[in-house]
Formats: sequence, structure tokens, C-alpha cells
Amino acid sequence: MRVELDGVSHAFGPRQVLSDVDLVLDEPRIGIVGANGSGKSTLARMLNGLVLPSRGRVRVGGLDTASDAAAVRRRVGFVFTDPDAQIVMPTVAEDVAFSLRRRRLPRAELDAQVAVALDRFGLAHLSDQPCHRLSGGEKQLLALAAVLVTDPELVVCDEPTTLLDARNARRVSAILAGLSQQVVMVTHQLDALAGFDRVLVVERGRVVADGSPAEALGAYRALIDADG
Amino acid sequence: MLGLYVPGNSLVHRAPAGLKLALLAVGLLALGLWPSAAGLLAALAVLVLLTAVSRVGARAVLGQLRPVLPVLALIGLVQLWLSGWRSAGTVTGTLAAGVAAAGLVTLTTRTQDLLDAVVRATGPLRVVGVDPERLALLLALTVRSIPVVAELAAEVRQARVARGAQRSVRAFAVPLLIRTVRHADRLGEALAARGVDD
Repeated sequence: MRVELDGVSHAFGPRQVLSDVDLVLDEPRIGIVGANGSGKSTLARMLNGLVLPSRGRVRVGGLDTASDAAAVRRRVGFVFTDPDAQIVMPTVAEDVAFSLRRRRLPRAELDAQVAVALDRFGLAHLSDQPCHRLSGGEKQLLALAAVLVTDPELVVCDEPTTLLDARNARRVSAILAGLSQQVVMVTHQLDALAGFDRVLVVERGRVVADGSPAEALGAYRALIDADG
Repeated sequence: MLGLYVPGNSLVHRAPAGLKLALLAVGLLALGLWPSAAGLLAALAVLVLLTAVSRVGARAVLGQLRPVLPVLALIGLVQLWLSGWRSAGTVTGTLAAGVAAAGLVTLTTRTQDLLDAVVRATGPLRVVGVDPERLALLLALTVRSIPVVAELAAEVRQARVARGAQRSVRAFAVPLLIRTVRHADRLGEALAARGVDD
């Protein structure tokens, strides 16, 4: 799916977080890296209309995130850093079912789709468990299942492995790598971007490097080294 | 409702959530309006029977009473002092039976089914501007947020101890409030991302 950012700027009060960003994103795997506070999470949130630009326009599959927010969100799934903030229902199966509520499926069909989604992520045995009793890795898998059960065309992930241990981080990364959907991932884990088609480096609200992982991450490392 | 559901296929599990809630409400109302030892014994007999039929186990049902035991004990003592042992026994027994019965409903009913029952029951309120789906979501979020806030409180308590301020109320309340508000903010963003307002 083609995502276009056209002269996008954004400010939170007096703080300018993005400045004049022009991008066309249509590669299957796109990574975004940058320091804390660089604007990369804001950039990611623009892709499904969670944050609207103060200036400029964002179009996702031809839809404007400002005027067609609902349609954009049906096509773009968003995975947050902290799954605890993303899980809204008390039990595992209920949270996945929550994502499907708009389809108004008959109960049997709803249960069947939820069961398939949980099975895909190895969560079937936890179906009736309260979400607060899951481990961090299981919670992030549940968050992924709840997003992917709606079969979005684009999956945007904001540091999905930051709060996970190495084993769970690798597991989540492997699942994301195997998705058929287009993925845009914000991350600090640079090795997770091996095999990506394109990496953007965001620094002080601007895209300062944009290219293959080798090129962009090389430029990012040079930036870090320059800071001492 | 804190995700205590015990999966099963008993008659009690299969009974519609709305029916269970309605029977619970009628039973509690009857016991409250006409308190008597005979009524209490009858209610306890029904509760024991339904617990046996549900196969969730007496321990699970009695476990629902644990958090309210101090309150029950306090009420019992006050009643004993004001009205004598017979009244104290009836009042505390009625309250305990009510909590256990509500626990049995929780243990045998999925949260989603309870919420669906709430949506159906509040459907007629649409004419006065109430959105039943939003009401059910509000209840679900309340249920979901209790363990999250409890976890935040535990983290703040540990941080307070680690920094040697275990007696400071402010060192507990302020960070807990800030973290809770931040969680609410993130939750709102997640709800938007999942299309709640669309």
C-alpha cells in the first residue's frame, strides 16, 4: 500500500516534533530509527491518523488520515510498545474478539476466528486466562493477535520488542518478519532491521537518512558517533 | 469479573448471562427486603446446589468471600452489639451468601457474555441518549484497569521502599496518580487505534 507524507510538520505546543517531512512509503518492510524524542513515534502515529499533522497531508492508500480516519484505521493496524495499554478486555479471547466487534459476526463464527488467531500465535491454551496474568511476551503476542485478526494491509509497530526479554523479542520479530502484510517498524534494536527493504533515520523531527538498512544504519551510527 | 471465569459446560455455565444476573438481582433483593433465617437457609441451599451443579468447586466460590471477610466481621460485630446474635447472624450470612452467589455468576460466565447482557438490558435507554455499547466498554475497561492499577501501585510501593520513603504518603500517591493518568492516556490512544470512535 502506498503511504504518502506531503510537507508534514507537527508540533506539540511549542515543541516542533516533525518538520517538512516528504515521503512515499510503499516497500513491504520499512524501519524507522532515531534517538528518544526524535519524532519517530509521532511519524509512526501519523500513518494511521492517531496524530494528525499540524501542516501538510498524510495519505494512506489514497485516503487522507484527517478526513478518512476511520477508513484508514480499518486498513492500518498499530502495535504499541506497552501491550498493557493496548489490551482492553479482561481475558485473552475477549480481547481478540473485541477487534472483530464491528463485523457483527454470529457467535460461533466469532469464536472460530478468535480461536484461529490465538492458535496462530501459540495462545490457544490461554484463551480464557485473565490478561493480567500473562507474561510480557504473551501480552505482546496477544496485542499482535488482536491487531492481525482484522487482517490490516499495513501493520505499524512502535518499538514492539522494547519491553521484552531477548527470547520474546526474537519471537515477536520472527512473527513480524513472516507477515504477508506491509510492516513499518519503529525500533531501537538495529539488528531487527536486517532484511528490511528500507530504513529511515529521524533526527530532531527530520528524516536525515533514507535508504537500504546498510546505508541508513551506517549514517545513524555516524550520527551517534558524532555525538560522542 | 476480574477474569475469574472457570471454563465448563454445566447447566449453570450454559444458562444465559442475563438470566443469571436477573436471578441474582431478584434473590439479593428478596433477602434484603425480607431478611429471615429461613430465607437465608433456603438461599444457602440453592447456592450449594448450584455450586455442585456448576462443578467449579466450593473452594472457588468461598474464595470470593476472602476479600470481604474483614468487612463482614466488622458488620457482624456492629450488628451483635446493636441487635443481638440472631440479627448479626442473619445480616452477615445474607451478605456472605450474596457475595458468594455473585462470585458463582462470575465464575461461570464469560465477561463478554455479562457485557452483552448489560448491552441488552440497557438497550431501552438509547431513547434517553445512553449508548449501551459504550457503557459495556466502560465496564470492561474498569474491570481490565483494576489489575493494571494494582500493578502500578505495587511498582510505586517498591520504588518508594527502595528510595527509603516508605512512610511518605505523597511519595506513593503522586507517582501512582501520574502513572495512572499516563496509562489512561495510552489506553485512549489504543482505543482510537482499534477503531472505538470510528
